[in-house]
Amino acid sequence: MEGCVLTVGLMAALDTRTDRRPSFAGLLWGSTVGKKTAMAVSGIVMLLYLVVHMLGNLKIFFGAGTFDGYAAWLRTIGEPFLHHEWFLWIARVVLVAAVVTHAVAAYQLSRRDIAARPVKYARPSPGRHPRWRRFAPPLSRRRRASYATRTMRWGGIILGLFIVWHILDLTTLTVNPHAAPGHPYANVVATFSTWYGDVIYIVAMLALGLHVRHGFWSAAQTLGAGSAARDRALKTTAHALALLLTAGFISVPVAVMTGLVS
Amino acid sequence: MKLTLRVWRQKNADADGTMSTYEVDGIAKDMSFLEMLDTLNESLILSGEDPVAFDHDCREGICGACSLVINGEAHGPERTTTCQLHMRAFSDGDTIDIEPWRASAFPVVKDLVVDRGAFDRIIQSGGYITAPTGAAPEAHATAVPKPAADTAFEHAECIGCGACVAACPNGSAMLFTSAKVNHLGVLPQGAPERESRVLDMVERMDAEGFGGCTLTGECATACPKGIPLFSITRMNREFVRAARKRG
Repeated sequence: MEGCVLTVGLMAALDTRTDRRPSFAGLLWGSTVGKKTAMAVSGIVMLLYLVVHMLGNLKIFFGAGTFDGYAAWLRTIGEPFLHHEWFLWIARVVLVAAVVTHAVAAYQLSRRDIAARPVKYARPSPGRHPRWRRFAPPLSRRRRASYATRTMRWGGIILGLFIVWHILDLTTLTVNPHAAPGHPYANVVATFSTWYGDVIYIVAMLALGLHVRHGFWSAAQTLGAGSAARDRALKTTAHALALLLTAGFISVPVAVMTGLVS
Repeated sequence: MKLTLRVWRQKNADADGTMSTYEVDGIAKDMSFLEMLDTLNESLILSGEDPVAFDHDCREGICGACSLVINGEAHGPERTTTCQLHMRAFSDGDTIDIEPWRASAFPVVKDLVVDRGAFDRIIQSGGYITAPTGAAPEAHATAVPKPAADTAFEHAECIGCGACVAACPNGSAMLFTSAKVNHLGVLPQGAPERESRVLDMVERMDAEGFGGCTLTGECATACPKGIPLFSITRMNREFVRAARKRG
């Protein structure tokens, strides 16, 4: 009898034990909060890459020799410790991992979000529909989700498609009109000499600016770095990053269009 | 005041609902929104119709029972609870849309009443502290630093009405869950369960079918008690910390 009570007691104790949780990675990927952490980290990896990429692109303003030389140098980073192009391939693997993590998490979370709110309100909230806002009563609360916030999903899809086109255009040269391996300067000029090349690129870079604007600030909140005191600094950084990246990237097609780079 | 109301009518959880239009007259500007609905219901009862079902209790903005989306906004156009919203926020001749909270985790029970049991289950999963029962402990036995007391109080203001879920485009309960996690997490009394609380409550929140957070800020804008958006930031930090320690 006593043994029986003891067993029941032990079982109850085991039932309430809390040390049987999944691993750190399992806890993160298995919850909405943790999955956002994965998105934030992968987003920041891509953001850091984009800053370097944008600064590298600006070398096009120093002429074909400098730009092509820079492109060749990228393949020699880490030599002789790393073999030729190894650094580039390591960077590519990291970036693909970041893109895949970011996209898979976004897809899974978005499906969940849409399922969690299946019925729309008969009258949309005034903040989200600026046309209606003008007629809202004066006491109406304002400040709602910004344009950048509401376009995160579509913006992400646009950027994903752009990356595919961008790689086919300037890495594999599959769709490049000039397609001369080892001559990136001429290839870039060829792409931006077509109207569709300019349109695709500029639209994608505007989408990038919006995505980074909400994404950077959002990542800071997801990683727990935000606070009321730090909010202004984080928002300013997000705006500055978005503006600099968009302006920096777009300056290249604009320079080709205006004949500054040819 | 004479108003046109478009009200969500739904017989029960399984029936299809629809927006029905009613005219109400003789509404005073000083009436609360719920008193206006009482007036509508009186006329419905007199004409032999089924009155509109809606949740309400204290009618002084502290219980969190009232839950109406008015013109697309949780608790209507002012930053308060529906019971504390007055008809002076509207004008004579207005058409007002009245709907229940919309979220798959908050199924409609009848008309404007939704089942918010999911919130109770989130609280059950970790929204408590372990304390000996019996006589009240000596108030100064555990010192609480002033900043911690302030933060705890700010988050303790949550009345669990669910406006955050109703306003969120993802039907997310992050603001509600984070309010409780932070309220107890910053206090010394809540320290023993600090890690397990956040892990268990987030797990329950996900299991109830609430969406994730995309930081749109709609929840904090709708919250009648002003729970800040950074409450979510703080919970995110707590979650990763607890996941590292594995609760």
